[in-house]
Amino acid sequence: MSSLEIKNLHVSTGDKEIVKGVTLTINSGEIHAVMGPNGTGKSTMAKAIAGHPDYVITQGDVLIDGKSILEKESDERAREGIFLAFQYPSEIPGVSIANFMRAALQARMAEGEEIDASAYYKRLYQKMDLLKIDRKFTSRSVNEGFSGGEKKRSEILQMALLEPKFALMDETDSGLDIDALRIVSDGVNSLRGPNLGILLITHYQRLLSYIVPDHVHVMIEGRIVKSGDKSLALELESRGYDWVKQELATA
Amino acid sequence: MSEITDTLETTLENPVSGIDQSSGNFKYDMTYDFDAGTGLNERTVDYISSVKKEAPWIHDFRQSALKTFFAKPLPTHWATRDLENINFDKIRYYLSQGQKPKRTWAEVPEDIKRTFERLGIPEQERKFLAGVEAQFDSEAAYSNIKEAVSKQGVIFMNSTEALREHPEIFRKYFGKVIPTGDNKFSALNSAVFSGGSFIYVPPGVKVSHPLQAYFRINAENFGQFERTLIICDEGSELTYMEGCTAPKFSTATLHSAVVELVALKGAKIQYITVQNWSSNVFNLVTKRGLAHEEAEIKWIDCNIGSRLTMKYPGVVLKGRKSRGEVISIALANDGQHQDTGAKMVHAADETTSTVVSKSISVGQGRATYRGVVHIPKNLKGCKNNTECDALLINTNSRTDTYPAITVRGDRHAVQHEASVSKVSAEQIFYMQQRGLTEGQAMSLSVNGFINDLARQFPMEYSVELKRLIDLEMEGSVG
Repeated sequence: MSSLEIKNLHVSTGDKEIVKGVTLTINSGEIHAVMGPNGTGKSTMAKAIAGHPDYVITQGDVLIDGKSILEKESDERAREGIFLAFQYPSEIPGVSIANFMRAALQARMAEGEEIDASAYYKRLYQKMDLLKIDRKFTSRSVNEGFSGGEKKRSEILQMALLEPKFALMDETDSGLDIDALRIVSDGVNSLRGPNLGILLITHYQRLLSYIVPDHVHVMIEGRIVKSGDKSLALELESRGYDWVKQELATA
Repeated sequence: MSEITDTLETTLENPVSGIDQSSGNFKYDMTYDFDAGTGLNERTVDYISSVKKEAPWIHDFRQSALKTFFAKPLPTHWATRDLENINFDKIRYYLSQGQKPKRTWAEVPEDIKRTFERLGIPEQERKFLAGVEAQFDSEAAYSNIKEAVSKQGVIFMNSTEALREHPEIFRKYFGKVIPTGDNKFSALNSAVFSGGSFIYVPPGVKVSHPLQAYFRINAENFGQFERTLIICDEGSELTYMEGCTAPKFSTATLHSAVVELVALKGAKIQYITVQNWSSNVFNLVTKRGLAHEEAEIKWIDCNIGSRLTMKYPGVVLKGRKSRGEVISIALANDGQHQDTGAKMVHAADETTSTVVSKSISVGQGRATYRGVVHIPKNLKGCKNNTECDALLINTNSRTDTYPAITVRGDRHAVQHEASVSKVSAEQIFYMQQRGLTEGQAMSLSVNGFINDLARQFPMEYSVELKRLIDLEMEGSVG
């Protein structure tokens, strides 16, 4: 049982403050959806937690099991169990998914230890079968020439292999048609369990009818302005974000 | 361009015949303990020739090459002015038996020792590579190979030996593919060459295992001015491997080799080089092959390290339907300049050439691609495909591409593609987010970039190459 605590988080890029004091705790086994219109700082928050060098945390803290991770490099944070499913994952020409993940797993081993290649491939294929991914997929270069759906599936496969404690999923539904959305959602649901906490970032309620969250938060202009259970997502769907904004203005 | 045309005309001449055999009683009136010392003059050349007990023709050849060397200016009108920093008077051109480099293990720089450690090079070999020991116990491996191939009639020995034992073959081809005056450094090599391999493969013989110079060279001493001549007779096949991925730590700052390949009708030669010089070395090499009808010459060339490497392996496609290929990988780290490329001279119909060059510039490292493809007007059905890709690792790195493609006539197919890419901060972040360190991420990007070429290397070389890139990248992370 682990916890990811986000405490009064402020994030700037350049001179501009994007995230203006977010507090949120995610425990293992929970799915928290963060919803909000474009440009309210949802993705910025996720990237800052993962340690992206362009996003500077000016105030607040992020802790795993009570220990701050802010002094750590992004790769150390990843090895501590933070996984960011990218909205726009980078291409790595010439590097196959199989080799990329092998390197990532190798990086988690103690010095002098070698990954067991046959056990690794067995596990890779098992996860691929679970996510209904064609085996040919592993020999393709990471994200190179992938369709939107393939990129997202590749992210889920990586998540399945790296078994993070906390996954920050940044608009995993963007650019997916309805079939791809279902496949990706099935994948996430299959990874759901008592050892994984998920922060799910999305604009739309659509995704949340496939991946049902335990908690829903509304983020507007860098702050979480409203929290509730899954019914909040449905309310947002029917009434729009303007409703929350108006509520905010009158409050 | 004119230099290449010169070459071509020379190679098209009838090879020298009617060899003067009056070499038996040849002797220089000179003592053997003569110290060649530093600097270069006629006496240095006399000395080298006499120590090697060479025939008069080769002595004359050297002396005339020396004149050419002095007469030729440095090619700084197109090449880097860094060449002007070579002090020819301070260089030791020949070390006789008693003058092997003397250095103790303690004097070997720490970073070199560390690299040996990381590459897992055996203790004995480390000392040899570091120049502490002149002899390395690979005599046995070399003589086994030599014995195995000699059963097929293959001659595999060092050039000095070959000059004595097989002058009839040697003289016919020597200096024909790359004439002395090809460039200043081929002239220098022609004057003072020592060491290098000689291989002759008889007609129809397919040498099943690659011949490795590694063993042969290690059995002697490092050649600063190696001269290699390989002749594959009609329908024969050979793969030759030169160098190793271990860094060669050398006090000699100038290395200038000449490699000539001759593939007679239908023969196939594949020449693989992996070099990793220490960063004080000027590595100025001339490599060229001559492909007769339906013959195939393929250069696989991988250059890491050195202060300046200038190397443009070439193929003169002399016979109809001959094929030439250059595949090269160059990695220029901080303070290094890799000036590499290829020369393809089409001199017959239906000839095909392919050039694939990938360069990686790290930090202040500079990679330059120079390519020449020449297809004259009178030919038909020639094809060239050139692809050069550059990868930049840091914002300070530099890459230049100078392709010169001369195609006359309209019955040819020529393709040229070039790309420059960067390892972006986003890409590195993506990989770091998966748990790789910055160094591991860069190294994976670089390995991905050269992956399609590295796959063409023999297994052990590509594995070593990957480890070497890991090491280079590790050091580049600031």
